[in-house]
Amino acid sequence: MITKRIIPCLDVKNGRVVKGVNFEGLNDVSSPIELAEYYTKSGADELVFYDITASAEGRSLFTDILKETASRVFIPLTVGGGINSLEDFDRVLKCGADKVSVNSGAIRNPDLIRQAALRYGSQCVVLSVDVKRVDGEFRVFGRGGRDDTGMEAISWIKKCVDLGAGEIVVNSIDTDGVKGGFDLEMLKAVCDVVKVPVIASGGAGKKEDFTELFHALPGVDAGLAASIFHFGEVDIRDLKNDLRENGILVR
Amino acid sequence: MIAVIDYGVGNLFSLCRSLEAIGQEPVVTGDPELLRKADKLFLPGVGAFADAREKLRQSGLEEVIKEEVAKGKPIMGICLGMQLLFEESQEFGTWEGLGLIPGKVVTMEGVIPADYKVPHIGWNQLHFPEGDRHPLLKTVGEGECVYFVHTFYATECDDAVIATAEYGAELTAAVARGNVMGCQFHPEKSGDVGLAILRTFCEGDW
Repeated sequence: MITKRIIPCLDVKNGRVVKGVNFEGLNDVSSPIELAEYYTKSGADELVFYDITASAEGRSLFTDILKETASRVFIPLTVGGGINSLEDFDRVLKCGADKVSVNSGAIRNPDLIRQAALRYGSQCVVLSVDVKRVDGEFRVFGRGGRDDTGMEAISWIKKCVDLGAGEIVVNSIDTDGVKGGFDLEMLKAVCDVVKVPVIASGGAGKKEDFTELFHALPGVDAGLAASIFHFGEVDIRDLKNDLRENGILVR
Repeated sequence: MIAVIDYGVGNLFSLCRSLEAIGQEPVVTGDPELLRKADKLFLPGVGAFADAREKLRQSGLEEVIKEEVAKGKPIMGICLGMQLLFEESQEFGTWEGLGLIPGKVVTMEGVIPADYKVPHIGWNQLHFPEGDRHPLLKTVGEGECVYFVHTFYATECDDAVIATAEYGAELTAAVARGNVMGCQFHPEKSGDVGLAILRTFCEGDW
C-alpha cells in the first residue's frame, strides 16, 4: 500500500531558509542545500521549496540553489513561490523540480492551472491554498496570507482540481505557527470534495499531531511542516517510528 | 558509456544527476551514432504514450533502439519509457509500442477500487514474485519503497514481471526480459533504494 508522506517545507529567501510564525517575523534558519540533504537522510519523503524572494537576484539565487539541491537529493522536489506563468514552470522544472506549486498566480489567473496541466501533466501541478475562517466560512487568502480574496475556499479548490491541479496543499492560517495540531475540520471539508492527494499544512507542533491527522482523516496523504523540523523539535526518523507504531504505513 | 536517449520527451535533469551520483558520466543524446557506441541505454519519458511513440518514430531512434537491443545491448526504460517497451498501449486509443516485451499498457481506473486516488502517486512498497529475485533488484529489501507517478500500467506480461506494487490491485512495478529492463517507478527519485537499482543496471553484465 501507498505510504503516508512527511514533507518538510523550506521557505527560501536570498539563498537561506526562513520560517515565520503566522507568516510574520521571519528568522534565518539554515542553508537550504544542507537542510535538504539532512532531511533526505532522516527519511523525508519529499521536499517543498518556497521561493519567498521578490527580486530578480533573489530569484536567480533560488534557481542556483534548487539546481544544486536537485543534484544531491534524489527524492521528489516541489517548488513554489512566484509562479505566475508557464515560463515560471519551465524555469523551475529545468532546475530539477518535479512538481510546481501555484498559489497567488492561480488566484490571478486560474487558467494557468489548465495550461500547465496540459503541458506538463496534472501530476506536476500542485495547488497551494492559504485558508482562514472569516464570517463562518473558509476564505482563500492571497499574497502569502495577507489578502482576503473574498473567495470561498472549498469551491475554489474544487474549481482548481477541475482545471487540472493534481495535488492540493491546504495551509490553515488559523492553525499555522500555533503548534496545536492540524486543522482537521478544514482538511475534512477539503477531503470530502476532492479525489486528488491532499497535503495538510499548518499547525503541527509535535509527533502526535501527525498521528492524530492520519487517524482522523484517512483521506489526507501527507503532512507538511517547517519550523518544528528546522528547530529540531520533531525528528523525522522519530516521527516515522511513532507513526509506524500507531499502525500508519510510512516509508 | 551510458547513454540517456533524448527524443524530446520529459525532463532528464534528475536522471542524469542521479547517474552522476553513482559515478557514471551519462551522455544525453539523440544521435544514432552515439547510441550505437553506448554500452547501455536509458529510455526515459513522461507524458503521453502516443506523443512519445511518435517522437521516437519520427526521429528514427525507434530503429536504432530495436537494432541495438537485438544485438544484446542492455536497455532500461523508466516510467513511460518502460511502457514504450511493450507491444501496445491503450492510453487514449490503441498505440503500437516497441514490442520488446510481450504485454500491453492499460489504465488502472476500473481495475483498482473506485475510492482509490488516480494517478497512483507516492512511495509504495515493492513486492517480488516467488522464486529467485531478479539480479536487477538484488539490493532491494522486501517491502522497501520506491516513488511512483502513473495512471497506466503494464499487464498481460506475467513472465517479465520482476516486482509489483499493491494499490487496490497488483500493479506491475518492474519488468525484465533478457537485456530489456524497465521500472514503472522513478529510481532517480527513490532515494538510496533507487540509486542502488540504477547502479546495479549500470554495473551489471546483462
